[in-house]
Amino acid sequence: MGANIPRFDHLIIEGIIHNGAKVVDLGCGTGELISHLADTKDAVVQGIELNENAIYKCVEKGLSVLHNDLDNGLKGFPDKTFDYVILNQSLQEVKKVEYVIDESLRVGIKVIIGFPNFAHITARATLFFGGRAPMTAALPYQWHDTPNLRFLSIYDFKNFCRWKKIKITQSCFLGKNGIVNVFPNIFALNAIFVITK
Amino acid sequence: METVDDSIGIVETKYYTFATPPKELVLESGEKLGFITLAYETYGNLNAEKSNAILVLHAFSGDAHAAGYHPGDNKPGWWNDMVGPGKAFDTDKYFVICTNVIGGCKGSTGPSSINPSTGKPYGLSFPIITISDIVQAQKRLIDFLGIDKLLTVSGGSMGGMQALQWFASYPEKVRSVIPIATTMKHSPQQIAFNEVGRQAIMADPAWNNGNYYDKTPPGRGLSVARMIGHITYMSDNSMEEKFSRRLKDKDDSFSFKSNFEVEGYLRYRGDSFVKRFDANSYLYITKAMDYFDVSGDKFFVTGRNVDTKFLVLSFKSDWLYPSYQSKEIVQLLKMRQVDVTYCEIFSTYGHDAFLLEVEAENKLIKHFLKKVFEEKGENQWAQIYRGLII
Repeated sequence: MGANIPRFDHLIIEGIIHNGAKVVDLGCGTGELISHLADTKDAVVQGIELNENAIYKCVEKGLSVLHNDLDNGLKGFPDKTFDYVILNQSLQEVKKVEYVIDESLRVGIKVIIGFPNFAHITARATLFFGGRAPMTAALPYQWHDTPNLRFLSIYDFKNFCRWKKIKITQSCFLGKNGIVNVFPNIFALNAIFVITK
Repeated sequence: METVDDSIGIVETKYYTFATPPKELVLESGEKLGFITLAYETYGNLNAEKSNAILVLHAFSGDAHAAGYHPGDNKPGWWNDMVGPGKAFDTDKYFVICTNVIGGCKGSTGPSSINPSTGKPYGLSFPIITISDIVQAQKRLIDFLGIDKLLTVSGGSMGGMQALQWFASYPEKVRSVIPIATTMKHSPQQIAFNEVGRQAIMADPAWNNGNYYDKTPPGRGLSVARMIGHITYMSDNSMEEKFSRRLKDKDDSFSFKSNFEVEGYLRYRGDSFVKRFDANSYLYITKAMDYFDVSGDKFFVTGRNVDTKFLVLSFKSDWLYPSYQSKEIVQLLKMRQVDVTYCEIFSTYGHDAFLLEVEAENKLIKHFLKKVFEEKGENQWAQIYRGLII
């Protein structure tokens, strides 16, 4: 899935999860993140991915992965099967956002969500001054070839959580060269939230 | 596509006889069967720990000859693309076993075998068998070969049913299961196709209630049954590609001769099947498939979770064993938190894909098996460690 993601976000997620955690990665791509977590955190990992070629790569890495569309939910997994459900750079490609987040909160104790911030200053400037659909380091696609269906900002996501009565237990904002602490909705390219019900 | 060089080479079929009366095998129906002979082949070498044994399971009309060549043959075994040196079931690393099912007609005891109590072929006096009976007989062969636990059981279609049955019957005897293009239970549509095949055989006067072994066999009926089978193994797409509306011979037009290529193909397939397959075996084995149902709790008979790993594969254009049936297997495994990998492989070949999409299958199975095989070491250490503590 999402290209050009700084590996930095993987390190942030590694810092969030505890040793030996049970983790499912929704939209795991070729499995870099979960194989990293299995190595460094001794995590018991499971991937879910839609792309067949990405699945071959996961199996090559010795990962357990399920070929499935996230929009079909996580049917079959009992409640609270996982310590962490990861939706990193995949939420923006999902059709049924609310349903996928509800399902994630059902099967996981905590959900880690990472997405590109559509309100980054470059995006704002491209739209405002350039009059063109925004492109940033975290949103590298042209309007006609983007896999993204959802264009949300950090504010949008916080509002969504408030409306859904979802607790945000941790948040982290990533810029080009590290963590962004000042006005993240303007200066962060990517955001990572840890949420729970 | 295949050359003799990348196959295992010349192989031979062996035979194992057991269930000698009065110690007959008790079948699911309660009836008894004995003597039983199983035809089987093995490829590669069993290692000292006996931890590298793989059982591959054939589909409906298959046999024990999965790989390599029989002397004088120009065609290799039915899964030669998957079983051999450096292939998914790598005979340089693993010991691969394949056996013909009971009820069959390829060297294992079936309706065409001689009934020891009458000295004549069983015919319809052969007891009704199930997939569970087939697997029970295979277990006896595995015991005979001195193998306590199989590294994996794998097969496509009816072979996949046997793989699932192995887990349902002997969960502690299989470290992994690779069911391909299969189902946990036959659907009404699948039963219906089988029933049409059976009725075609039974409608052939030569069938004679199964008593034809000293006469002309019911070739017309069996041939029609096979033709129906072949339609269900292909897809609309693959038939269009293979035949389209091409004609074999324009001169046959405006008659009922087989002038479309697809007609010629089906007749050829039907006729060649008659030469190699027994009509009564067709009845018995299709019935065994129809009775197959390990859905729900029947799959976890012991009620406890085991560390068996699953690799479930299906094919996009397979409408005989559609992907939703494989997804049902995955769903059940997820509910029990069993380690499972699932892939729906893109293919236009229909159900036949499990014999044809070998590149995709090779990639997935090879790495999956490597993982399962190498994990053995860790588990052994864990066992030793636990042993020390206790």
